[in-house]
Amino acid sequence: MRKRYLAVATAALLAGTTAVAAREYKVGLLLPYSGVYAALGKEIQAGFELGLEHYAAELGEDTIRLLPEDTEVKPAVGLTKAKKLVLQDKVDVLAGLVSSGVLAAVRDFVDGAKVPLVVANAGNIHATGKQCSRYIIRVSFSNAQITRPMGRYMAERGLKTVVAMAPDYAAGRQDVEAMRGAFEAAGGKVLKEIYTPFRKTKDFGPYLTEAQATGAEALFVFYAGGEAISFMKQYASFGLKDKLPLYAAGFLTSQLYRNAIGEAALGSINSLHYVTTLDNPENARFQQAFQQKYGRVASEFAVQGYDAARLIVAALAASKGDKEKFVDAARTTTFASPRGPWRIDPATNNIVQNIYVYQIVQGPDGRLVEKVLKVYENEQDPPNGCQLAG
Amino acid sequence: MTAAYWLTQLLNALQYSMLLFVLSVGLTVVFGLMNFVNLAHGTFYALGAFIGWSLLRATGSFWLALVGAPLLVAAIAAVLYGAMIARMQRAGHLAQVLATLGLVFMGVEVMRIIWGDFALDFAAPPLLQGHVQLFGLVYPAYRLFVIALGLLAMVALWLLLERTALGAMVRAAVDHADMAAALGVRVDRLFFGMFCFGCALAALAGVVAAPIFSVYPGMGIEILIPTLIVVVVGGLGSLKGAVAGSLLVGFVDTFGQVLLPQLAGIVVYALLALTLLLRPQGLFPARA
Repeated sequence: MRKRYLAVATAALLAGTTAVAAREYKVGLLLPYSGVYAALGKEIQAGFELGLEHYAAELGEDTIRLLPEDTEVKPAVGLTKAKKLVLQDKVDVLAGLVSSGVLAAVRDFVDGAKVPLVVANAGNIHATGKQCSRYIIRVSFSNAQITRPMGRYMAERGLKTVVAMAPDYAAGRQDVEAMRGAFEAAGGKVLKEIYTPFRKTKDFGPYLTEAQATGAEALFVFYAGGEAISFMKQYASFGLKDKLPLYAAGFLTSQLYRNAIGEAALGSINSLHYVTTLDNPENARFQQAFQQKYGRVASEFAVQGYDAARLIVAALAASKGDKEKFVDAARTTTFASPRGPWRIDPATNNIVQNIYVYQIVQGPDGRLVEKVLKVYENEQDPPNGCQLAG
Repeated sequence: MTAAYWLTQLLNALQYSMLLFVLSVGLTVVFGLMNFVNLAHGTFYALGAFIGWSLLRATGSFWLALVGAPLLVAAIAAVLYGAMIARMQRAGHLAQVLATLGLVFMGVEVMRIIWGDFALDFAAPPLLQGHVQLFGLVYPAYRLFVIALGLLAMVALWLLLERTALGAMVRAAVDHADMAAALGVRVDRLFFGMFCFGCALAALAGVVAAPIFSVYPGMGIEILIPTLIVVVVGGLGSLKGAVAGSLLVGFVDTFGQVLLPQLAGIVVYALLALTLLLRPQGLFPARA
């Protein structure tokens, strides 16, 4: 008996010494792997894992262990999983979060526990606004950041009147409000805002008929995921392409489900923080590796995961596991990413990045691709009530 | 608001009603006939859409998918009937609700494993892809097809239930299963046939809906609630109830969206609550 204890103790000691030599950092991934956003969770994780493959070498001998947890897109579940990762698994950093509802639920816990959280999707403006936290850093986008340039673009194109449609929840309303603010400041007028019950609307026919009856020159929408597919196809089937041209937050025609939309997407004008056809060396390397590994073209969600992984590697390398130093490093790191240059705004912890306005066209190989019409560089959100010491 | 606007909304409401009708008629007959609560009805709807998608991809023919998917789903329903439904008939409503709810969740996961999480494109047949000009309004041809198909299903089912010996047996079994059995009607076989038929109709609705809504694992759960509302409002077990319920829900939902946009999410539930308060047995229940 005693011999065995001794052996165990020696093994433990040995393990202890190797752990000092090469540290294993733990990264908790809070993503939905079931429920309506399961596809997004998988896509973000795919990008995240590729990011580790490309950049984890920067940590030298240290390694990263991923601890994925399913939030089920439920705020209460997300909070439980966040607590488990922090208190039980003692992760060095949290990453992920698709739904802004889940982000809001974990916000106070993360802020109180002083654990860095790198947000890889959830775009609610308040998360880097009045509810911002020093420990919550967003590398994805904010809702307003995506559609504010679209409001300006529509005005620059000479549009005078627009009707807006979006699902009736925070993201839908924030997208429309940001677009309206920019469009009306430039002299345009939003004739009507139509909000459709979120996730309950399957038939957009009545709303499309309503939108057409306003007599506006164009239609602005925000829809994502399954709703985007239904909306696009129904918009096209009503023959509205010529009568009521479509302008949208680019999630409408995301690469993730563009094939499911098919030709209905052709001609729509979108604004987004990433375009698969961007011509820069990082994007070429990223797309080539992603397509080789997963057999499909990477979407903006994959880029968000990829950049989150890269930021975490860089901040871990600089901080060696000290959480305060991690946050300082993450807030000042800048990258040339597949989506172009970006940095973190020290005033809000939100990303500052280019927004691309593009049209969906048929590429030479028949695939539906983006043609960039205009780039709004270094789009930065106002502080929105956030007071992080610079 | 012009006449064309209201006419378009009328067609929208009619189109949604027809889809609900095809979906709910199977559920209401199984409900009324077997006194069986089948929450997995929406799962057969989704399964129909997915199998239809695979058939469309394999054969390139929408029409083959439209016919083939309901047949295959009926076969799956037959297996399920033998394995589970037949045994649960005397188990009581609570056990039936729990068991079929389990089927709903299993179904979603199985469909995710087979067909993936991403929504799938389902193209309407080339013949119906465009839009039609009529009375000065432009309307998608495919939606007119949905309306026509729903009306056709209504007439066919009415003929089947009211004008054939089989229909008479079904009606007799709904009214008094024991008496019908005593008179020599093979009630258990009738149940089996109607269950498979109802599931096939749900699958038909799934294929018909797919070009409008696309195909994704959660579609069965989403459609289940409106379908149950149709059944409750219309009254259990009757064709007339399914017709009235689906038209009422379709029109209230569509015009609720148009006239009371702030309340769009709740008007149908208000209709349900009102029905339960004033006429809990529904508008036209089979058993008065």
